[in-house]
Amino acid sequence: MQVSDSSSRILAGLLEARTGQQLTMSRRWRIETALSSLLRARGLSTLDELIAILVMGREPALAGQVVEALLNNETYFFRDRGPFDLLAADVLPLLAQRRQSARRLRIWSAGCSTGQEAYSLAMLFADDPMKWAGWTIDILATDVSTAAIDRARSGTYTQFEVQRGLGIQQMIRWFEEGDDGWRAAEALRRTVRFQVHNVLEMPPHPGGFDIVLCRNVLLYLSAEKRAMAFDRLASAMAPDGWLMLGAGETVIGQTRRLTADTARRGLYCLADDKQPPARAVARGG
Amino acid sequence: MKTCLIVDDSKVIRKVARHILETLEFQVEEAGDGREAMTRCEEAMPDVVLLDWNMPVMSGMEFLKLLRQRGHGDQPKVVFCTTENDMAHIRAALEAGADEYVMKPFDRETLHIKLQLVGVA
Repeated sequence: MQVSDSSSRILAGLLEARTGQQLTMSRRWRIETALSSLLRARGLSTLDELIAILVMGREPALAGQVVEALLNNETYFFRDRGPFDLLAADVLPLLAQRRQSARRLRIWSAGCSTGQEAYSLAMLFADDPMKWAGWTIDILATDVSTAAIDRARSGTYTQFEVQRGLGIQQMIRWFEEGDDGWRAAEALRRTVRFQVHNVLEMPPHPGGFDIVLCRNVLLYLSAEKRAMAFDRLASAMAPDGWLMLGAGETVIGQTRRLTADTARRGLYCLADDKQPPARAVARGG
Repeated sequence: MKTCLIVDDSKVIRKVARHILETLEFQVEEAGDGREAMTRCEEAMPDVVLLDWNMPVMSGMEFLKLLRQRGHGDQPKVVFCTTENDMAHIRAALEAGADEYVMKPFDRETLHIKLQLVGVA
């Protein structure tokens, strides 16, 4: 199936209008794969037929299905491992001291896809029950994809998914085998709340998050929208909270509200407003 | 360079696993059943064994029990890699001394992480 430039442009426009995300080159090559099951389900043989239905606007629900199919939901448990080791060994012990009187932690997984990141976070706490006894751990996980959030909320994963990133001991401790797949234990599911939300919108309730994770999400936004997203993420953070980005992502040159935590690679803090801005905010284009 | 012994009666699986392991910079040896695997281990103990469950001559479980009975200090890590994917088999493998467990089908990322978790990658 050939994807013409005009079809790519229409799909790119639809994706950006609905989500703010760009149809980057890394997504463009997988358009065929992403939309093949939708074509099969509708008995269509070419992408152009699908585009024609979209353009005529005969089926409003179709646009939503196309957008869902184009979104990249690639994720796995403890993705890249290092950031979770950093949280477990350094950030969470520090927060345990700082929040000792309130005994509450708020964490936001922004762009959580099908939920593996959020459940990985929940496991960091569940694996150390003595340390966190009496604490309220509130993990909010959001994604722009309704389908991804539905799957995340179910907490059920295929055999292929459940072992991606998880050690076998952790897998059998926290997942139960059922007819539908491997389901996260109740203890994990009650720690995490899932919500459909776009990172470009106003931050979700309640705000004041101690840790915000937004990994491998902002790379799909234009420079202008990325600056807006950083603004939203910064607004959601506790004054002494952290933002965690994906490997290869940075705030440098993109926002004045956040600055690298030099002691913790990959983590960013709110910039001190009293300091003069070091760099200009990137302009879209 | 770390060494990995692939023990599987399927040539296709051995070929796929070899390809993945070589991209992860392992030196790879192969065996088609548990007995052949034991002979390989007696010749030169690998760092890690990627072990199928159901094989002719000697099963993966029989091999694992024999291997762990040796009691030598040069015990390799053992990662089961099998289509036996229910909880009972997983628990039995761990009790017999397996370090990790991969359920077929799997991809490069999954295997790489499992090998990292047992400390050989």
